[in-house]
Amino acid sequence: MKPCSFEYVKAESLEHALAVLVEHGDEAKILAGGQSLVPAMNFRLAQPAVLVDLNGVGALSGIERVDGMVQVGAMTRQRSAERSSVLSAHVPLVTETMPFIAHAQIRNRGTFGGSIAHADPSAELPAISVALSATLQVTSSRGSRSIAASDFYVDLLTTALEADEILVRVDLPIAVPGSGFAFAEVSRRHGDYALVGVAASVQCDASGVCQQARVSLLSVGPGPVLSTSCAAALIGERPTTRTIADAAAATASDDIDPEGDIHASARFRRHLARVLVERTLTRAFARAAVSAGAAEQA
Amino acid sequence: MNGRARRGSAESRHLLSDFLRHELGLTGTHVGCEHGVCGACTVLINGEAVRSCLVFAVQCEGAEVTTVEGLAAEDGELHPLQEAFQAAHALQCGFCTPGFLMSLLPFLEERRDSGALTDDEIRDALGGNLCRCTGYQNIVEAVRLAHTKMSGGAGNSAGNSVGTSTGNSAGTCAAEGA
Repeated sequence: MKPCSFEYVKAESLEHALAVLVEHGDEAKILAGGQSLVPAMNFRLAQPAVLVDLNGVGALSGIERVDGMVQVGAMTRQRSAERSSVLSAHVPLVTETMPFIAHAQIRNRGTFGGSIAHADPSAELPAISVALSATLQVTSSRGSRSIAASDFYVDLLTTALEADEILVRVDLPIAVPGSGFAFAEVSRRHGDYALVGVAASVQCDASGVCQQARVSLLSVGPGPVLSTSCAAALIGERPTTRTIADAAAATASDDIDPEGDIHASARFRRHLARVLVERTLTRAFARAAVSAGAAEQA
Repeated sequence: MNGRARRGSAESRHLLSDFLRHELGLTGTHVGCEHGVCGACTVLINGEAVRSCLVFAVQCEGAEVTTVEGLAAEDGELHPLQEAFQAAHALQCGFCTPGFLMSLLPFLEERRDSGALTDDEIRDALGGNLCRCTGYQNIVEAVRLAHTKMSGGAGNSAGNSVGTSTGNSAGTCAAEGA
């Protein structure tokens, strides 16, 4: 199908885009990469009256290391994030996750911030933003504010963004010695929406005791779900096959409430969640041990 | 547009795919699913493969767009990638072929100097395009052949067998091979 008519505004600057949002309020929608919005418009599920295109605002793209952060401009193409040496060196979870997002043709156009602001519960970037404790920088004509990723996803396709606000940048903490990460998902075919996906971010001290275990799941709720069971079971403990298996089982039974659909039953999703949490945690802790060992030698 | 300046007028709601076909008469770009899944409408925008059904024509003002019509030489001589598809019988009805070609062009150009392509690499590159006729085996063959042609015949003689499983079947965890 074809989209309904709309007024197209090519934003010349962030300020221009913000002014258009003030003028049109809920009627206006931001166009970033368009890889979710345009299909929704083609199906006429979305019928915005005004589309504000950010693709000409160069200042919103780029990947930069600043202090203890890697700052990713919201309009940075997913393909650029996938190939960024800054991200692979300092936030390796991003590099590991990017190839799971659809296909190269989609990532060439899709943006880092667009996926986060769209907040699809099956999307990878919202899940890793929570696992990584990302900070989302948001601007409106009223001023700017920071939102923790864990406070950003309110409900299905709904975020803490107000109608006049634009997500401008995603700040990702740099991996410290003793930290480890892993991402895994199961989908019918590579590039399809995940039946379940898991992003794990852990940190251990020099003696191998777990200090942090952030495990975020996708496709099992209305938004990314942060496992409280993993944090409760692992922090202060030395990770073993047994403790990891217990944390995974607790996550699958207590932390998620997946729905069944044509692609997978709720029971199968719970099973996948347990298996994937176990696998990602095992891999993340192994990497944390390597990272701690490398830091000790250096 | 394929190396020449082209002008046309588009309503804001016109998709690039429709603009190419209806306004510019470039009907080589095919429209399949119109929601970014099938890949038939893939074109290059500023050298990168994208879905033309997920981009509005007005967004492409001043951009360099390449369609399947831009592949062959002026005199009609086929691009090595097109020759490979013909030689390997990598198409049957041909509806999906323009999308495959435009997805593969940047993929192969980036790998001109690399050694033999693995089956996994090739199938990953084909993942964003659907073909309902061929079963993909001959397309994988064509990619291997095109890589050989485009890299000057070097490096690809020790290709993998075509039928190798890729681990992308239902129920496997794609992360495990990564």
